[in-house]
Amino acid sequence: MNQQDPIIEARDIHKSFGQVTVLTGVDLEVWPGEVVCLMGASGSGKTTLLRMMNHLETPDRGTIRVGGDLMGYRLHKGRLHELSPSRVADQRRQIGMVFQHFNLFGHKTVLENVIEAPVGVLGLRRSAAIERAQDLLAKVGMHERADAYPAQLSGGQKQRVAIARALAMEPKVMLFDEPTSALDPELVGGVLAVMRELAASGMTMVVVTHEVGFARGVADRIVLMSDGVIVESGPPDEVLDRPRHERTRRFLSAMR
Amino acid sequence: MSIDDSAAPRIARRRPYLSWLALVVVLVLIVGAIRSVANNPYIDWSVTRQYLFNDQVLTGVWMTVRLAVISMLLGIVLGILVGLARLSRNRPLAQVAASFILLIRGVPVLVQLLIWGNIGLFVQTVKIGVPFTPIEFWSSPANDLIVPFVAATIGLALHEAAYMAEIIRSGVLSVDRGQSEAAAALGMRPGRIMRRIVLPQALRVMIPPTGNQFVTLVKGTSLVSVIAGGDLLTQTQNIAATSYRIIEMLAVATFWYLVLVGLAGALQVVLERWAGKGHTR
Repeated sequence: MNQQDPIIEARDIHKSFGQVTVLTGVDLEVWPGEVVCLMGASGSGKTTLLRMMNHLETPDRGTIRVGGDLMGYRLHKGRLHELSPSRVADQRRQIGMVFQHFNLFGHKTVLENVIEAPVGVLGLRRSAAIERAQDLLAKVGMHERADAYPAQLSGGQKQRVAIARALAMEPKVMLFDEPTSALDPELVGGVLAVMRELAASGMTMVVVTHEVGFARGVADRIVLMSDGVIVESGPPDEVLDRPRHERTRRFLSAMR
Repeated sequence: MSIDDSAAPRIARRRPYLSWLALVVVLVLIVGAIRSVANNPYIDWSVTRQYLFNDQVLTGVWMTVRLAVISMLLGIVLGILVGLARLSRNRPLAQVAASFILLIRGVPVLVQLLIWGNIGLFVQTVKIGVPFTPIEFWSSPANDLIVPFVAATIGLALHEAAYMAEIIRSGVLSVDRGQSEAAAALGMRPGRIMRRIVLPQALRVMIPPTGNQFVTLVKGTSLVSVIAGGDLLTQTQNIAATSYRIIEMLAVATFWYLVLVGLAGALQVVLERWAGKGHTR
């Protein structure tokens, strides 16, 4: 794979949950080093699309490639064959994910949360994993709480640990699913600051968010979704200030 | 009417006179009951004291402990397998597990113990081999293999497994889906997610009902006296049969069951504290 290939490539994605159609033919490319913000009203399919990027959700039709890997499938003689759960797990190593509700492992300390996968999945030596974890925790400002349990942390602190935990796998791309939506307003800033720094370091990021300010300041591209399709895609000032579509205008006025 | 602003009015607590009266009545009843048993002319407490640490009784206590612990351990292992099978996305496997639970829970454990204890009546030999072919690697007469201890252990362990399976299933379901999703997103494989992330957190929810199961099992071992299991009750009943000290020997059994259940309860408290790691209310 060379620099010219997209790191994420979604082709003709369709998905419905029972009677409810969520995605109807979505195409999206994310390039190395790019920060893409997925925005749109709730129910527009942006979270489903994000979760498909590491196969937590399966498409009804269409394919997603991440770093060249066909996520969840093997193409053989023109047919897609489902991969075993273990092969899917292997594919996910290169993709970091941060959840709206943090999902820190409740029975493990902050440090144990961060070293769990590097030791258990990558086979890193414990001492090396701890060293890496301490670096990352320092970066997100949580090194002093390394021995705390998640229940002892605020939402913002939990989310910063969750970011460190995902980064400890040294992923090629980071997915964020509404990372600040479950936070008290005064805690949002700390998490966004960490994400801003991560973006500045060159990390490829796909962020589902309602934070217009963050999207304007950090995103290379804003992708606006509505009713299961992408209605607008472009640089922040274009999408936010000179929207071409009525649906974009309606969404943006509702955000203010 | 004027209110003195300088001092807030004092609070006069309600006096629970009725509760005090009820307490007195209950105490009188309890003391009366204890006196009537302790001073009962038909019970010779010296016999109870004499047999409390009798060798035959202690053999029974030891057998009861062994039956309870071994059945519990086998029940937990089998229960984990059945419980996870019940949760499996493999439909036939889940169905088999559900049927096992239905069957075992549907038949009184006393009946199951009698069936295992009398298995020699309808099964002559136990073989290991290839089904539907004459090939066999090992065989043994059922009566030699399934002695009362084995019958009792099988009966109790199967019963335990069915209940443990349900406890494990509810424990696993109690762990938020986000936990396994986060683990999956980190590239962990399903087995590892279950072992490292889900089961340890399910444990906290599983320990109290498991403790109850164990206490029930300790007492449930007394049922094996119907197949001469050699447990505490069997032994005290045997002594009572020759000495005619029925109530005195039942008191011996009562004493030991209370001791064992008390120990099990203490163990449960220790385990709950250990498994509650990282959890604050």
